[in-house]
Amino acid sequence: MNRRDFLALSTAAALIPLGDGAWAAPGPPSLSGGQRLIVVLLRGAVDGLNVVVPYGEEAYYAARPTIAIPKPGAPEGAALALDEHFALNPALAALMPLWQAGQLAFIHAAGSPDPTRSHFDAQLFTENGTPGRRVTADGWMNRLLAALPGASGQATAAVAIGPTLPQILKGRLPVANLPLDPAAANKLAIDRPEVAQAFDRLYSANDPLGRAYRQGRAARAELVAGLDAEQQMADNGAPLPNTYPAQAARLAGLIARDRNIRLAFAGLGGWDTHVRQGGHTGQLANRLRPLGEGLAALAQGLGGEWADTVVVVLSEFGRTVHENGDAGTDHGHGNVVWVLGGKVRGGRIYGDWPGLAPAALYEGRDLAVTTDYRAALAAVITRHLRIPDRALNEIFPGFASAHSELDRIVT
Amino acid sequence: MLRRSLLTTAAAFLALPALPRPVKAAEPPDRQVLHVLDRLAFGPSQEDFGHAKRVGVERYIAEQLDPNSLAEPPELASRLAGLETLRLDPIELFVRYGPRLPGGEMKPSPEEIKARREAARIILREAAEARVLRALYSPRQLEQVMVDFWFNHFNVFALKGLDHLWVGAYEEAAIRPHALGHFGDLLRATARHPAMLFYLDNWENSAPGSRMPNGREAGINENYARELMELHTLGVDGGYTQADVIALAEILTGWGLNRPRMPPADRSGFYFNPARHQWGEKQFLGRVIAPNGEGEGVEALDMLAKNPATARHIAGKLAQYFVADAPPTALVERLAARFRESEGDIRAVLRDLFASREFRGSVAAKFKSPYRYVLSAVRAAGVPVSNPRPLLGTMARLGQPLYHCATPDGYRDSEDAWLSPDATVMRVSFATALAAGRLPLLGVAEAQEPAIDASASRGAPVDAAPLDSLLGPAIGQRTRAAGAAAPAELRAAMLLGSPDFMRR
Repeated sequence: MNRRDFLALSTAAALIPLGDGAWAAPGPPSLSGGQRLIVVLLRGAVDGLNVVVPYGEEAYYAARPTIAIPKPGAPEGAALALDEHFALNPALAALMPLWQAGQLAFIHAAGSPDPTRSHFDAQLFTENGTPGRRVTADGWMNRLLAALPGASGQATAAVAIGPTLPQILKGRLPVANLPLDPAAANKLAIDRPEVAQAFDRLYSANDPLGRAYRQGRAARAELVAGLDAEQQMADNGAPLPNTYPAQAARLAGLIARDRNIRLAFAGLGGWDTHVRQGGHTGQLANRLRPLGEGLAALAQGLGGEWADTVVVVLSEFGRTVHENGDAGTDHGHGNVVWVLGGKVRGGRIYGDWPGLAPAALYEGRDLAVTTDYRAALAAVITRHLRIPDRALNEIFPGFASAHSELDRIVT
Repeated sequence: MLRRSLLTTAAAFLALPALPRPVKAAEPPDRQVLHVLDRLAFGPSQEDFGHAKRVGVERYIAEQLDPNSLAEPPELASRLAGLETLRLDPIELFVRYGPRLPGGEMKPSPEEIKARREAARIILREAAEARVLRALYSPRQLEQVMVDFWFNHFNVFALKGLDHLWVGAYEEAAIRPHALGHFGDLLRATARHPAMLFYLDNWENSAPGSRMPNGREAGINENYARELMELHTLGVDGGYTQADVIALAEILTGWGLNRPRMPPADRSGFYFNPARHQWGEKQFLGRVIAPNGEGEGVEALDMLAKNPATARHIAGKLAQYFVADAPPTALVERLAARFRESEGDIRAVLRDLFASREFRGSVAAKFKSPYRYVLSAVRAAGVPVSNPRPLLGTMARLGQPLYHCATPDGYRDSEDAWLSPDATVMRVSFATALAAGRLPLLGVAEAQEPAIDASASRGAPVDAAPLDSLLGPAIGQRTRAAGAAAPAELRAAMLLGSPDFMRR
């Protein structure tokens, strides 16, 4: 049986992955409540036109003579058809079961209303939730945390994966951060009671350092204990791999064990493909593959919790429609947003597709933006996390959300 | 970048007091000495503190601005002399350690490529060792601080393709000689260095329809042109447009890499290929650039170096690094004026900065980056280091791996960037291990992994008494009280892991 046969077979009955590694039908929703949102930011601007490929459009192939993904049915490297117009980069084959189970949706031609092509400004705007406005000091996920009933005040209600705290989670409410590399569970001096006791006294002040320290201690006590157990079970002395799938499995383990975690964030770099980005193989494909496998591992690792989880994958802007002189792409505008989860109404592409005709391109070169990225997030926040519409003004100040088909993206 | 961090740190819940404290005549003299060492140096060592106190802060600052007046200790010189790859030029590095040349006898097997990649690891190891040893032991501290500052400003990433060969050479040839020199020289040196040409793809930026050495057809690539304006010179609000990005990319077509088998050449690795240059007139920043081959790029770099937006951008970044996350506007304006008048004389700008009321009054206003925190702890503790790997590992675990910042904006230097829950528990754990003598800092740097029995490579516990007398004026009441209540063997750890020592 080849891979595609296996995929076809495994998705025929709308199967979803469960935590024990078996493929089974979805179970009842968990009783303990607490919907979760995981946001993955692809830093560096992923080339969305080579993620969800508009294969129905000849302009796509004309603009990309060396890096286009072949149409579905092509003898080699064919894109995986999603509908009559769009297809998935075959490097993301690991996500096809989720698509066929109706648990993966894409919103194409999504992005920011701000025109910047600076990675750093655009990432800031993606994270602070106020395009064009740099002075917003906190991140929209921290403001969201404040609006999430029962979540605020818990040290691990929101977790950033990594050694530093990203802008998106900065703000008034305490959040945790933790790298998920294999060494994360290694014992530290602070894990010894006499050391902890001495430093607890030293960091007892109610100032930014004192608060960060106490959050760090609480998060470590809660999160690392779980990682430790996992490591002892899983590794048998062998080093754990440090790959997206392995990290995603660890994240799934954390979330499945700790129901306090309501929001999680991961920023992944390496998408700024100015040179030789490749097509169905090569640089971009080599980065997409582990990401797709990682997301599939996350869905699988969450087991029954997957029904309460939505994952949104986005990037600060898109890339030029035309490939550049070096078989790569330069900074562009519109992109595709990915939405996955047990209750996502997936298996379809959302958004108004503006097309790639010259007159339709933004500034004559880029995919236009027809869906504000905040509209995509607002739909998930209000429908999945059940935040009332009025609280959206706090989370995305100045953004007027209009009702659209996106209202139905989560059941 | 800068403006963003200035503004975002203004929020009350995140920021330190936004302005430096008012000047207090009553600041004890030893506190001023510590302050100057916390900014011009990687914190106080016993030796540097004694020296600065003896000669006074004004003289210390003058010495630091004239590093050649300070002799490097012979032990450091001999350690550096043993690092052979530091002295190799980019061509030699490519020949000895690069992948085999295309068009050569046989295509290298995957095993051969892997073996050469493995052998090439010595380059990064030696560059990192030199960087850390100089930062710890050189009396020319400001020079080391500015090498870090400018490397970060003109960041390149060791894991991008061939850059693992050239990151150390880039620091030695393009950054270090100009660290206290003229900005224009830095700009030109970085623009022509293979490490930057490769990192931001300009080596492939070519007139449409021209061909690369391998025969592949090439074209315009905007990557370097955009970051050159946004990050290196004008700043994101510096008044350029997308049309300027494209014009600058066209101006820089043909700026690429020399190859060992190509004629002529100098050993710098830079080569301007007229056949890949887009000839013709260009409109750049409101000016007409006449067709002049390589000279067009020289002219554009000169325009950028002299642009007032560049002066403001660099002045703001220096003030943020040396004074406060949100530096006073008046100071930035004065430094920008000095930058313009002196045509980018870095030393002149720093002299004004260090003499300013704002600098003198900004005691402890900055939160240390991981790089600085680790180095300052080792310097204060006086722990001998022959193997810097545990220090490099700690920097990486704290989110600031040396030579491995993937993005061209470099690492930010602000509390906002580095204060996090995980960072605090990691820092106090590092301080505890360092103070207890448990880090294998005495091993051999070449070892890939610490030996199984690492006890021989570990030092003695740090004595708290001299550390306390060194840092004393910067240690507050709460830390004193907590230290007094702690077991004696933890006292040095508590000084190095204290909130007071997280700041500079």
